[in-house]
Amino acid sequence: MTVQTKAKGKIIVVDGNEAAAKGVALARPDVVAVYPITPQSSLVEALSAMIATGELDAELMNVEGEHSVLSALQGAALAGARTYTATSGPGLAFMFEPYIRQPGLRLPMVASLVTRDTLTPQCVWGGHQDAMLVRECGWIHMYCETVQEILDTVIMGYKVAEHPEIMLPVNVNHDGNYLSFGVTSCELPDQAMVDDFLGPKSINWHAALDPERPMSVDPLTGNAGGAGPSMFVRYRKGQTDAMARSLQVICDVHADWAKRTGRAHAPLVEEYRLDDAEIALVTLGSMTGAAKDCCDALRDAGKRVGIIKVKTYRPFPVQAMARALSKVKAVGVVDRSVSYGWNSGPMHHDVLAAMAKSGFVKPCVSFIGGLAGADMTQSHFERAFDIVAKGDVPPGPIWMNEKD
Amino acid sequence: MASGLLAQAMAGEGRHVVAIPSFGFERRGAPVACFMRVDSKPIRAMTNIYKPDIILCIDPTVSRVINIFQGMAAGGILVQAGKGDIERLAVPDVVSRVGLCDAVSIALSIFKRPITNTVMLGAFARATGLVALDSLKAAIEEGEFRDAGLKQNLEAVERGFAETEIHELRAAA
Repeated sequence: MTVQTKAKGKIIVVDGNEAAAKGVALARPDVVAVYPITPQSSLVEALSAMIATGELDAELMNVEGEHSVLSALQGAALAGARTYTATSGPGLAFMFEPYIRQPGLRLPMVASLVTRDTLTPQCVWGGHQDAMLVRECGWIHMYCETVQEILDTVIMGYKVAEHPEIMLPVNVNHDGNYLSFGVTSCELPDQAMVDDFLGPKSINWHAALDPERPMSVDPLTGNAGGAGPSMFVRYRKGQTDAMARSLQVICDVHADWAKRTGRAHAPLVEEYRLDDAEIALVTLGSMTGAAKDCCDALRDAGKRVGIIKVKTYRPFPVQAMARALSKVKAVGVVDRSVSYGWNSGPMHHDVLAAMAKSGFVKPCVSFIGGLAGADMTQSHFERAFDIVAKGDVPPGPIWMNEKD
Repeated sequence: MASGLLAQAMAGEGRHVVAIPSFGFERRGAPVACFMRVDSKPIRAMTNIYKPDIILCIDPTVSRVINIFQGMAAGGILVQAGKGDIERLAVPDVVSRVGLCDAVSIALSIFKRPITNTVMLGAFARATGLVALDSLKAAIEEGEFRDAGLKQNLEAVERGFAETEIHELRAAA
């Protein structure tokens, strides 16, 4: 897509963590709470430095662990603050209790998940396993492919989260190592443009900590009898409805961003060289760059192949995925994590379910690769395309780095 | 850190750069590798490199424990921290040019510590011609160095550039 580039920002050379920090600063949060964890630490260090120098006018809470990080931010959000944090792997695990409360409190925020494979075996490297473990908690999950997309999506995340029809927390996910520490140039948007794009804050119009207007937040709700069941369903249904509505809001927000910056990131699902493709691979995150290079090389050799990249993973964009899948005869889904329950990648059964829900089924191979920082190169994707082209669907997943 | 500065310098010259470091926990001084691509067009692959054209080795001892030349094709360039007889480096046949820089001695005289990073960026510029010394100095000035540290690192990159010996081993393939 060609878009007129507008409002050219300054070009900076940064890694993914610094890019996220720059995006956060442009979104002007009031409160940032932090606790270091690899491979996220340099992100909150960059934010702490910006707060120390006055580049970012925010309250920094350096607390004793991730459970306190998110608990403190919930209090801040209830008092009307725009908030941010970032975490990874074991830090996310320790944050779990307040993490699952946040969407039900309908408190919008943006938190970066700098994705890391989970213990054990002991590892500190990238993989989507941590983010996949929290895919059903009611947070919106968007995955970034490039350093620029991280910066842009952190900002867009606030606009999605704070939309009055949504009011949900957003995880902007970027791959540990390859993106968190990968250095490249990207454009730093202009502050005035971002201010205009985000508009006034709208954090806690529904529930507020205000001494003038005392309010009980999150009283005991549910059980059988009385107003309990219907009240509980009302809250839950409110969350699932807002998740469903968010797909359109995510599209609108990306379109607005593209109009202002010239950068049109696909909001839900990106179709790459798909229109006349016979087979495709479904990808997620930074692996997509090498997959696109592979796709181009195979196209040069006359093979009709394409890529379907998922940007928004929760809520799962069923219609957009089905539209993309309808163009090909067979597909391979490349997961950077495992589903222990299904002996496949987690996104593999999302794709299967999207097909079933849309009334068709096609051969769909599960590939698992890039665990714990393993590399996913052009040759890995070449082999995956070869396997999908053969048309057989093995009963279990193909482990892409098994022989590396 | 060195790769970030090199990326900044090359991007400053209008090229597309991606530098991917590879390490475990964040710990300064631990053995690390970094894979860097530079191109006139945008780079999409966020992956390591398995067939390098150039190897920049900023530690004189690391090649004793790992084969840093794996995957290199004929006509490669080695930019190596070290001193003495080039024959003792045991450079494989695929390398056609070596830039040798006694970076540890230079670093010890400037920083009083064997921090060879910016010295070897100067050596890289001299041996490869891929980036201008002025671009490296501009990147260092825009970076996190201040006061004495800035002055020392500017001196380091200049001396690395000036004091690198170029050895043409064999005609490039």
